[in-house]
Amino acid sequence: MNQSSKQTKIMSGIAIGIVATVLMSSCTAVKEYQKSRLNDGEMVLGNRKVEKTELSFQSYREGASGANAGKSGGGCGCN
Amino acid sequence: MKKLSLTVIGLYIGILAAFSQYTKAVDSAQFKPRKLSFEEANIITSYYHQNGNNSAVTGGIGTELLSDYSGVFQLKLHAWDDRARKHTLDLELGVDHYTSASSDNIDPKTKSSASHADTRIYPSATWSMENEQKGSTFTLGGALSHEFDYNSYSTSVGFAKKTRNRMGELSFKAQVYLDNLKQIYPIELVPTATVSTRSGASSSGSKYPIVGRNSFVGTLSYSQIVNQRLQFILLMDAIYQSGYLGLPFHRVYFNNGSEQVENLPGTRLKIPLGFRMNYFAGDKLILRTYYRYYHDDWGLDAHTFNIETSYKITPFVSVTPFYRYYTQSAINYFAPYEEHKVSDQYYTSNYDYSKFNSHFFGAGVRLIPPKGVFKLENFNMLEIRYGHYTRTNGMNSDVVSMNLRFK
Repeated sequence: MNQSSKQTKIMSGIAIGIVATVLMSSCTAVKEYQKSRLNDGEMVLGNRKVEKTELSFQSYREGASGANAGKSGGGCGCN
Repeated sequence: MKKLSLTVIGLYIGILAAFSQYTKAVDSAQFKPRKLSFEEANIITSYYHQNGNNSAVTGGIGTELLSDYSGVFQLKLHAWDDRARKHTLDLELGVDHYTSASSDNIDPKTKSSASHADTRIYPSATWSMENEQKGSTFTLGGALSHEFDYNSYSTSVGFAKKTRNRMGELSFKAQVYLDNLKQIYPIELVPTATVSTRSGASSSGSKYPIVGRNSFVGTLSYSQIVNQRLQFILLMDAIYQSGYLGLPFHRVYFNNGSEQVENLPGTRLKIPLGFRMNYFAGDKLILRTYYRYYHDDWGLDAHTFNIETSYKITPFVSVTPFYRYYTQSAINYFAPYEEHKVSDQYYTSNYDYSKFNSHFFGAGVRLIPPKGVFKLENFNMLEIRYGHYTRTNGMNSDVVSMNLRFK
């Protein structure tokens, strides 16, 4: 692994960590009756069912996979 | 008279008491186990078409023309047990049928070989048990996938636990895939032993030697509600694969003109780290964002950025334009047509492992009318989506999908 790749890897991890920490620290309590927007069908923290084929062809046509609740390498002749 | 009055009052209380007991019996009956009841069903269909000129079957040159039709049926059932736990059963049956010009070149002398088209069937079942009081969910699943040259058996187990204030959830999932594939070599590279096996029936009943591939996946995720409009999830996978990780019909042409099938290491460790954040702005706009960093020990690093906006034209109709950017470096073992040296230990000319960037964009429409789609009460939702994919090395594709949901 070259030096710039190592730096990119570290920077990506740090960036995700910082964003998550800032968001966590600004959390406010949300009561059940205040969750109407969060419970909207399009606010789901996952892929849409209609994206199934898109995620499948991306796992075949790209070297990276995983961390998106889709295929991560097993179960098909994909990467 | 007093006696009569007391008798009437006594009878009244008696009847009341009897009915009270009856009512109580009905209440307790609500917590008895129930039969599985229908929750929802989904039908998802897609058409995918791609083209390009870097097919791995022909050593990094030649057509990548491919069409795929897929259909998936999902059924969700649930039941409550006597401890007020919700049991959910997800059943799925998927079928893909593809035609591929590059696969047809495994044996280019035949105008239309058996490999030019194939059908993949993949059923799966997942059972989950949710304890609302404890905020915990346990899941167990199994799946199969079958196509002519590739079979897979997988199982998964997962556990999720909500935080005390129910604002966050930590979950863990472990999956094992046990796959096997037939060694279908390009016609000119078929080993002599395999040729003799192909001409007659082998002891296993298969004309082709079979090799294995195992994948072990661990997934850790944490989701958090930030406020009434914002929530995010952190996802981390660790994927370890072992066995035959290439495909036997991928040719490699060396710089001295000789030819072999691709050869890749027998193990691979992948570490993807993802972050998804959704924000509800105002009353009509939802922003869905996703970022993933990926690294593996074959030397591939990748970044994925995805943004989707969902705009509600009315509370029941929304449009969802999206854009996805992806960039990856090449693996250590990739080289284009006739650029590998014969002294290389591992080699492939599969452009899916080359350095490239890709753009994927399109839009969807989602209808959830209160009286049902086309006024059919049980036809709860209709979603149609189109996307165009383009890669910097020339490959491009189009995909159109449709999801029908019944409740």
